[in-house]
Amino acid sequence: MGDWTAISGNLLYAAFFIYLIATFFFAGTIRDKKKGKSRIAGNIGITLAIIGFITQIGYFITRWIASGHAPISNLFEYTTFFGMMLVFAFIVLYFIYRVDLLGLFALPIALLLIAFASMFPTEISPLVPSLQSHWLYIHVTTASLGQGILSVSFVAGLIFLISQVDQSKRSKHTIWLEVVIYIIAVTLAFIIVSSSFSATNYEATFEAPIEGQQAEITYNMPAITGPYNGELISEDAMSPLFQAPEWMRGEDAAKKFNTFLWALLGGVVLYWGTRLILRKRIAAAIQPLLNKKVNPELVDEVSYRAVAIGFPVFTLGALIFAMIWAQQAWDRFWGWDPKEVWALITFFFYAAYLHLRLSRGWQGMKSAWLAVGGFGIIMFNLIAVNLIISGLHSYA
Amino acid sequence: MKEITCECGHVNPEGTVLCEACGKPVEQNQHIDGNEDKKLLNMRYDGSARRSQTYNRTIIDKIWNFFSSVKVGVTLIFITVVASAIGTIFPQSVFIGGADPATHYKDQYGIAGQIYYQLGFHDLFSSWWYMLLIAMIGISIVIASIDRFFPLYKTLKKQKPKRHELFMKKQRVFGETKSDSIDYETFKANLKKRRFKVYEQDGHILAEKNRFARWGPYVNHIGLIIFLLGAILRFIPAFYVDEHVWVREGETTLIPGTQGEYYIKNESFTLETYDKDNPDDAKFKEAIENQDGPIPKTFRTDAVIYERTNQGVAGADPDLDVIKEGSATLNNPLKFDDFALYQASYQLDEFSEMSFKIHDQDDEDTNYGEFTVDLTDPQSTYELDGGFRIEVVNYFPEYEMQDGQPASVSKYPKNPAFVFNLYPPGEETPETSFLGIGANIGAGENNQYKLGLTGFDTRDVTGLTVKKDHTLGIISLGGAIFMIGVIQGMYWNHRRIWLQPRLDGAWIAGHTNKNWYALRMEIEKSIEGTHIEAPQDQYEMKS
Ligand code: HEM
Repeated sequence: MGDWTAISGNLLYAAFFIYLIATFFFAGTIRDKKKGKSRIAGNIGITLAIIGFITQIGYFITRWIASGHAPISNLFEYTTFFGMMLVFAFIVLYFIYRVDLLGLFALPIALLLIAFASMFPTEISPLVPSLQSHWLYIHVTTASLGQGILSVSFVAGLIFLISQVDQSKRSKHTIWLEVVIYIIAVTLAFIIVSSSFSATNYEATFEAPIEGQQAEITYNMPAITGPYNGELISEDAMSPLFQAPEWMRGEDAAKKFNTFLWALLGGVVLYWGTRLILRKRIAAAIQPLLNKKVNPELVDEVSYRAVAIGFPVFTLGALIFAMIWAQQAWDRFWGWDPKEVWALITFFFYAAYLHLRLSRGWQGMKSAWLAVGGFGIIMFNLIAVNLIISGLHSYA
Repeated sequence: MKEITCECGHVNPEGTVLCEACGKPVEQNQHIDGNEDKKLLNMRYDGSARRSQTYNRTIIDKIWNFFSSVKVGVTLIFITVVASAIGTIFPQSVFIGGADPATHYKDQYGIAGQIYYQLGFHDLFSSWWYMLLIAMIGISIVIASIDRFFPLYKTLKKQKPKRHELFMKKQRVFGETKSDSIDYETFKANLKKRRFKVYEQDGHILAEKNRFARWGPYVNHIGLIIFLLGAILRFIPAFYVDEHVWVREGETTLIPGTQGEYYIKNESFTLETYDKDNPDDAKFKEAIENQDGPIPKTFRTDAVIYERTNQGVAGADPDLDVIKEGSATLNNPLKFDDFALYQASYQLDEFSEMSFKIHDQDDEDTNYGEFTVDLTDPQSTYELDGGFRIEVVNYFPEYEMQDGQPASVSKYPKNPAFVFNLYPPGEETPETSFLGIGANIGAGENNQYKLGLTGFDTRDVTGLTVKKDHTLGIISLGGAIFMIGVIQGMYWNHRRIWLQPRLDGAWIAGHTNKNWYALRMEIEKSIEGTHIEAPQDQYEMKS
């Protein structure tokens, strides 16, 4: 039993590094001026991406054997699976359009997702009664596949924006593009900060009133903000700079808020550090590297095609299968639970995208921004709804 | 009807933008699709005559035009998206566990909660204006679809391979070839190999494939409408029953919502939790230890369902026939007839019986008589063998002190407490005592007797939802049609290629409803070995 768990963990590490190496090869495709060489780099990149994907499938199967149920039942498992689906969707679209750049952007995003996932508890957890259904597998895998395909639309949209936004002057486009890059930096900072403090086993324990009772809360990062009316009881821990606002009452609310502040600050350091070194907007620094490689019409079409392929899959998985399961488990196929509402919002959003594109001719820039917005909604549903607005859906 | 006769001889209906047969722009109507002075034609609905673009006189025309606009449709969708997102900021009032929304939002979330409540977001999804939004989207879908489907269908049916010059030149994908060695046969063979249908008229070629993909949106919109209709039918009771019933272990009760026809007996309710010492669950050891409380594994009700055979006989005790024995767990409802029973909630260890004895105030070993209270049916007085009489003055099933007064917070015997009047034999003035679990406060200082709890029985209670839903079939049908429609529209693309022979060579043009890059690849493969030159994409992306 323990063996399977260990094998599974190692396979996930392996997949991570293979994706990383594949990314370098895709990076090679833009550096080489000679067409032949870049072709070879691209071929190696995609081959590695496929090997990495198969390795990650290995992780998935072995973890399934170890736990006795499909590993999609908590935030760690779900997010890693989502990363895997993103890679899969990238591979499919690569074979339709053969755009190497797609790999250079899709794989790092998958890497970020997998690393992000590993910051959450990774132990194998049992299934509570409501999750004991085959529909768990069917619904979650299809919904996640749909989200993965839709995310490729974001990846292509991002390439479009980085290569096409006019960087010669400041505009709404340049600012928002930097915001997107900053958010990516925040994610990276979260991963770096969490893993550094957990490597040093940092602990700071507070005593604070939670729902009328004194409770102990243990932070794993130095407290920038402490619990409301909390008292630090660990000896050699840093005392908080300020208290969390009163309305953050949940047991872990202040702790999550603290982690969030660390990520935001870390993001500032990473982002401005890089920007000071480059001495220009990050997107402006990347743009010249892409220009020769990007055919805007092609990238725009890839972004749209991903929505066209992903929208039906997402609808099937996140709405239809979800409704069938909810009907069985909770006697109603729809209950306006926050997670359900956000799936509906995603559906409506992409329906609007398709209508705007088809009937109002939104292409290029506008369409790319919509793709970014759609990904924002997907990530919000995955992370914020799970961590902040938790509903019946029992992840994490 | 002011019909328009084209120079090719075809008679078009009023409002036509491009001749249905040859595609020639109808001069006076080019403003409709904004084609004037444009390099390219707007081919969205093939220049067909749409009602919404043709008439704008009566109020009906105006309503029709409003709802048929995609701009309006998308605006409605965006408003719904934003409203729904706001609706998830705080929990909806159905999720606040029975608290009073008027105070709950203010208490929990302060001023923001107060505003949220006052704007009605606490019950957004059943509010009239949210329903109105959904209804307007529904109307919009119907009208927009009718407005476009019929004209588009007719136009595509009437199209001819021989196209007007202007039509060809103003296509997005267009190319001219000057050559006298064009191999038309190879071109046609290539197209057929790529599964195009090839039509010819005086040497002009039209190759078309996947026209059915154009109907995808209309199919999926029909699915959405059927789905919405199914959802509306739930407001009719014959289609939809939704009740809840509590059944104690060992008890038989009527199932609500079944018109007195069915009864249920709860044989037993079982709650299992994961146990790290159980070899099956050992792999979850770490997770079980990290969790504060126990992690539930199963909730199960074993039950017997009875049908009443003497239904309608007033006053008679029901005669019950067993029709089903089985169990309901989460994810596996117990089904009978049109009904399904869902494991929805439970209450462990509810008190069913409590026994008391009378003893001397300061000697617990004395015994002047015993009695037992059945908590589902407490009597008002109990006459004991020794001549003592007990009067139940007050019974609190779930006792709690509120503002210094004893009160019951529910009618379920979860923490029963009593106020008894005790009449010793022959006495007319009672001694009053108050009794609860672990609380025996003699109400009078100089009581001679005292009541003591000698035993109790508990049992579990299961909460089941009773559902009958005849709308599920309609809703599933809507969902299925929707899926067929989206797949039809998204996974196939309607493509057309025209070839027009010229004196010095040929013109080629192409059109698709999506994925232009892929269309150009397809054309490039079709012209291999034909001496036709690859067309250009005349569209310039304005980013
Ligand atoms: C949320 C509900 C809706 C969904 C899921 C939906 C779905 C779709 C889909 C998937 C398409 C095909 C788009 C493409 O090919 O790129 C489409 C097309 C279309 N939809 Fe909707 N739709 C919805 C609501 C509406 C509304 C409210 C309107 C009203 C204005 C509308 C009008 C149209 C029109 C005019 C088309 C184009 C038809 C054509 O090209 O012939 N839809 N819809």
